[in-house]
Amino acid sequence: MSSSALARNAGEPARSNSDARLSVEQVSYAYSANPSQAPLFTLEATSFQAKPGEIVAILGPNASGKSTLLKLISGALAPLSGRILLNGFVIHSLTPRTRAQRIAVVQQESRLLFPAQAWEFVLQGRHAHSRTLRFESDDDVIIAKNALAQVGAADLSDRWMDQISGGEKQRVILARALAQQPLLLLLDEPTLHLDIAAQVDLLHSLRRLAAENRYTVVVVTHELNLAAEYADQVVLMQRGRCLRVGPPAAIYQRELLEQVFQTPLTVALGSSGRPHVTVLSGT
Amino acid sequence: MRPLTLRRLFFQCLILVLILFVVAVVAIKFGAVPVSLYALGRDVLRYLLGQTSQISTEYGFILWNIRLPRILLAIIVGASLAVAGTSFQALLRNPLADPYVLGVSSGASVGAILALIATPYLSLSPALSALLTPMGAFLGAAATISAVYFLGRREGQIDSTTLLLAGVITASFLSAIITFLMSTITSSNTRGMAFWLLGNLSTSYQKSVYWFLGIGFFVAAGAIYTTATDLNLLLAGEKEAMHLGVDVPRVRLVVYIAASFLTGLAVSVSGAIAYVGLIVPHVMRLIFGSDHRTLLPTTALGGAIAVVFADTLARTVVAPTELAVGAVTAVVGAPLFIYLLRRGTS
Repeated sequence: MSSSALARNAGEPARSNSDARLSVEQVSYAYSANPSQAPLFTLEATSFQAKPGEIVAILGPNASGKSTLLKLISGALAPLSGRILLNGFVIHSLTPRTRAQRIAVVQQESRLLFPAQAWEFVLQGRHAHSRTLRFESDDDVIIAKNALAQVGAADLSDRWMDQISGGEKQRVILARALAQQPLLLLLDEPTLHLDIAAQVDLLHSLRRLAAENRYTVVVVTHELNLAAEYADQVVLMQRGRCLRVGPPAAIYQRELLEQVFQTPLTVALGSSGRPHVTVLSGT
Repeated sequence: MRPLTLRRLFFQCLILVLILFVVAVVAIKFGAVPVSLYALGRDVLRYLLGQTSQISTEYGFILWNIRLPRILLAIIVGASLAVAGTSFQALLRNPLADPYVLGVSSGASVGAILALIATPYLSLSPALSALLTPMGAFLGAAATISAVYFLGRREGQIDSTTLLLAGVITASFLSAIITFLMSTITSSNTRGMAFWLLGNLSTSYQKSVYWFLGIGFFVAAGAIYTTATDLNLLLAGEKEAMHLGVDVPRVRLVVYIAASFLTGLAVSVSGAIAYVGLIVPHVMRLIFGSDHRTLLPTTALGGAIAVVFADTLARTVVAPTELAVGAVTAVVGAPLFIYLLRRGTS
């Protein structure tokens, strides 16, 4: 409480830039196992902005720096230079508690040491909003129930997390993130272990949730077509560099994607007016 | 959806308190000198009515000066070890972590023995020198858990198998040191080798020691309890816990220090009693679930019940001689450990 108030003050240069909620400004990062050696991995100055209700897809091949960028946005890593603002506050200088009240992160998978029921898992999302040793209030329970309902998983409430399918689990994990009532929702390859129906289902939910709750969503993905279908903005990354930022129609150009993904492909305009990529195999 | 309420927590603890009471009464009754329940009830009543002079001196002495202090000791030691085990399991994300398996108990033993050896050479007041043993045990425990934590890491991540191996190796190394110390030093004050290696509750202490143990337990366990919801989230991993709002470095520091202190506390008065911190949390998790707000108080009570019960067995099975209580807990704990290990790897 007092610590979060302090963090709010420490957030300083509150330069509210138009209506952007998330503002990534010239962010760079270098990772090296040993400080005396040359960095093994670098992220060069990257900038983009996102508004409430917008979905940003960070797209790129393996080792392009997608996940690093997401970790920087989540506050788990501190940038080497530049800054990332959420509603004008520097993210990585917030306390973990304040961050968790504003940012929810959905990771690739969530491994539990001891079995838990889905509702217990979703209630974990309320942790940052409740005081130490406080038992969950009726409000927390209502929020958790709503979160499960929002992702269409109300019927999973009493199921055990280790006895549900991958797609169902991913929805419960998303529900926990919604229970955090965040401003910013970050997802790291959420579709990785899902079949196609579950992938479409998940991204469809995301689209709806972002519109309904005015979340800003940042999602890291390999899936060119899902990103094209559901993202408002695409951040295209290659080898630690941010190549382009823009709406899918502007980014999805054959030469550019072929060069980034190192594979021949075609780009056509789909029925929805969004680009569609077909990878040409065997050449 | 049935979130935890204070009421439910209270009833769960109440049941365990009643069981602990029954086990304690049984423990008072059984022993080399049999005591009838009737005589016990009569004497308790007389004691409560202030008619202490009417209590038969022989019974009175055995009950109040031998068995009751021993039961008190068993309660505090059992609760401390069980809470320490639960904490280590959550922090290290390893269901097999336990003060004994990780070598923390052995580290505490070495610390306590060194403190006992050093005491005569330091001119301290009696009260201060009584505190020196638990402090030595605490430092030994803290040093060991730090060492095992770093040995158990691979590429910056705690690796479950490496951690257990590091613990087992550390424990056997420290046992060698204990054996060496006990064989070379002939001080009447250092208790026996079996005491430190297997655990034993037969030593009786001054009244002030029991106060120190009791207060120490409540302070350390209380500190751990303030992190109960954080520990729930830590089960899913440190990164995930951080994203859900847990101040991971702070929780880690508080819980490591408090859990090492509890281990040191228990070991300094009872030696290294094996597997209590492993068996009890697992049983309690099966009954009450893995929410640490329930788990911590129920394991404390469960640990107390388990050690009082095991000590009663240790006193009576081969009466009039006595087993080490650690031998009794190991007979139950070791097979469980193997079962959990095999279940975990398959």
